[in-house]
Amino acid sequence: MSATTYGWLVLAFPLAGTVVISLLYNRLPGRTAGWIGTGAIAASFLSALGALFMLLDHGREERQLVGTLYDYADTVGVDAQLSILIDPLSVLMALVVTGVSALIHLYSVAYLASDRGYSRFFAYLNFFVFSMLVLVLAGNFLLLIVGWAFVGAASYLLISFWYRRATATSAGIKAFVINVIGDVGLVLGTYFIFKHTGTLDFLGTFEKVPDEFATNDGDLVAGCILLLVGACAKSAQVPLHTWLPDAMEGPTTVSALIHAATMVTAGVYLIARMHPLFEQAPVAADVGAVIGCVTLILAATIAMAVTDLKRVIAYSTMSQIGYMVMGVSAGAYAAGLFHLMTHAFFKALLFMAAGSLIGAMAGTQSLDRMGGFRRAMPFTFGCFVVGGLALAGVPPFSGFFSKDEILLLVGDRGGWHWILYAVGYAGSLLTAIYTFRMIFRAFLGDPVPEARELEQGHVHHAGTPTNPMTGEEEDTDVGFPGPEHHIAERSLPMKVAMGALAVGAVVGGVVQIPHVTEVLHDFLEPTFSESELYEAHPSGGLTAFGLALGAVVALAGIAIAHRVWVQRPGTADRVRARLSGLHRVLVNRWYFDEAYDAAIVRPAAAVGRFAQQTFERLFVERTLMGGATGIVRAGSSAVRAAQNGFLRYYAALLLLGLAALAFYFLLAAT
Amino acid sequence: MAIGWYLAVSAFVFCIGAAGVLTRRSPLVVLLCLELMLNAGNLALIAFSRMHGNGDGQIFALIVMVVAACEVTVGLGLIVAMYRRRLPIDVDRMRDLRG
Repeated sequence: MSATTYGWLVLAFPLAGTVVISLLYNRLPGRTAGWIGTGAIAASFLSALGALFMLLDHGREERQLVGTLYDYADTVGVDAQLSILIDPLSVLMALVVTGVSALIHLYSVAYLASDRGYSRFFAYLNFFVFSMLVLVLAGNFLLLIVGWAFVGAASYLLISFWYRRATATSAGIKAFVINVIGDVGLVLGTYFIFKHTGTLDFLGTFEKVPDEFATNDGDLVAGCILLLVGACAKSAQVPLHTWLPDAMEGPTTVSALIHAATMVTAGVYLIARMHPLFEQAPVAADVGAVIGCVTLILAATIAMAVTDLKRVIAYSTMSQIGYMVMGVSAGAYAAGLFHLMTHAFFKALLFMAAGSLIGAMAGTQSLDRMGGFRRAMPFTFGCFVVGGLALAGVPPFSGFFSKDEILLLVGDRGGWHWILYAVGYAGSLLTAIYTFRMIFRAFLGDPVPEARELEQGHVHHAGTPTNPMTGEEEDTDVGFPGPEHHIAERSLPMKVAMGALAVGAVVGGVVQIPHVTEVLHDFLEPTFSESELYEAHPSGGLTAFGLALGAVVALAGIAIAHRVWVQRPGTADRVRARLSGLHRVLVNRWYFDEAYDAAIVRPAAAVGRFAQQTFERLFVERTLMGGATGIVRAGSSAVRAAQNGFLRYYAALLLLGLAALAFYFLLAAT
Repeated sequence: MAIGWYLAVSAFVFCIGAAGVLTRRSPLVVLLCLELMLNAGNLALIAFSRMHGNGDGQIFALIVMVVAACEVTVGLGLIVAMYRRRLPIDVDRMRDLRG
């Protein structure tokens, strides 16, 4: 089979899984739906591997293959085809997406076992993976937009999965609205580019870009900035980031899959895929790099103050994606995608470990209530530490190599990029501190009652389940979390998934060690063959300095965290008391939500209320609809009066009419 | 003889029929009056046929008779059915179709 056939198979399996589970949702006994979903994604992963091997059989120059299923439309210059592009970039993305998704499906098989919406969950999850694969395999803008919008819809469905929780549904709506802003950006950006190139096909567009556009051509910059709006919304970059922390309302596995490993990296993929455009419009690329840099530091500062376990990890995701966006915008494509891959491993691992921990806490997510779980949950603790070390960038874990390579290549650009370089390392220090703050607070110290209960072999269960955010009471029926809580120590599928990801998080870095291995760089080379920035090779001295600095910064961060939260437990409170103003700003997430609420949400709501009360009530309902129905009603009552049912009356009318006609013709004849 | 007299008789009979249809309330008498109107029409047709000297009008008159026979069949059937179901035999009280 050819590489493109494997590419279509990659798409076909998750779609088939969605359809089968949705059609049979109430007939599948026990965990069948979970196993069908997992099997579909695993088959998709194997197909992606097949595509990889088929691609490697081609020569380096012929590793960009387009497979077209049929022409959707070919009119007035629009060439909309149902086509996929199989090249090293899309195959890498497909492998990461399907690989990590398969493990997360496996984990969910056990983690959501007692949920009443079990089959629905896997139908949604398979649909999400299908959408994401459409996005990364798309061979033209049209299919990209379709995948982009599907992913937003799937994200909405999964965030609001526990649909009887008011907080979850409003978080889903927020995520969807912000994602739609991104969709609009993507569509408009496509239009700006299509207007000049006249083709929707990726390869055709990239071929024409150097001829059609001068450097920093106005339309191209506008198009690229609009594409960046799309990327920012999907990847939760400032200023469109506010949905991601709220998205933690979904089940933990959803956070692991969508809001850590796959969906939020779509923006990074988009920038990397569109690199010929961004290289022709350096202004837009610089904007992207600055946005990534601002996001990484902003999110890291917020993560220092937040006490909700999942939200800390969510902010760290934002921060890490900031690194990737900064990297790919500054031309460090292979490094950015390398970090995307390692991040998918260790962040999914962290979320899974967090899910296990939350299971042991019977749904509670606040770090203030956790502590001392080290002995009760050794496996979760080990996985959390491995993920944390990789996230903090401690050598030789995977995050160390990928993060330092991004910063190295960014710094190597020179000029004002050195500012990004410095901010990147500052963010790296904060990353190490907040990561180990989480670990030290949750696992070290005195065991909390839940941990003691677990040490005696019993998983804690709350008397009445409550919403962890608001404390509202819930039941365990459909639309709320199920009654059972699951921890990794007690269920094999969760353990297997976490173990596999832990191995990835530890050794994932070896594919790309500076001056030693360049597997990923070489593999991706055909996609970026025409890029000048791709072949940048920083000097050995700078590389060694960067690696040493990264290691020192990460270890220093861990040492600080250890001193603050383990050696001298009261330090954090003293610091908070002294910097109360800063702490308030951070806990309120730099007041982004409040600002949007005041600037956009409330004015929009006021306009909406005004329109509803005056325009709709008075004009539409009273004048337009009331007027029209009034006319019809008056007319019909007038006509109805003639239908009085008297036969002789009708006969008289008939005769009168005939007489009138006869009279008229008589007059006309004379 | 001039055609005018024939037409005058025809118009006279037509008016008697029409007046009957408009004033009588028994459906049976209404049907009879309708027959009068039809036959007034027949008389005019045959008079014109004689005036023009060809048979078209007579053929028309025959067809009108056929139609009249059909109409009487249906009408009398309806009246018999009404009678057997003990409905009022009065066109003014049969006004279920009023709007």
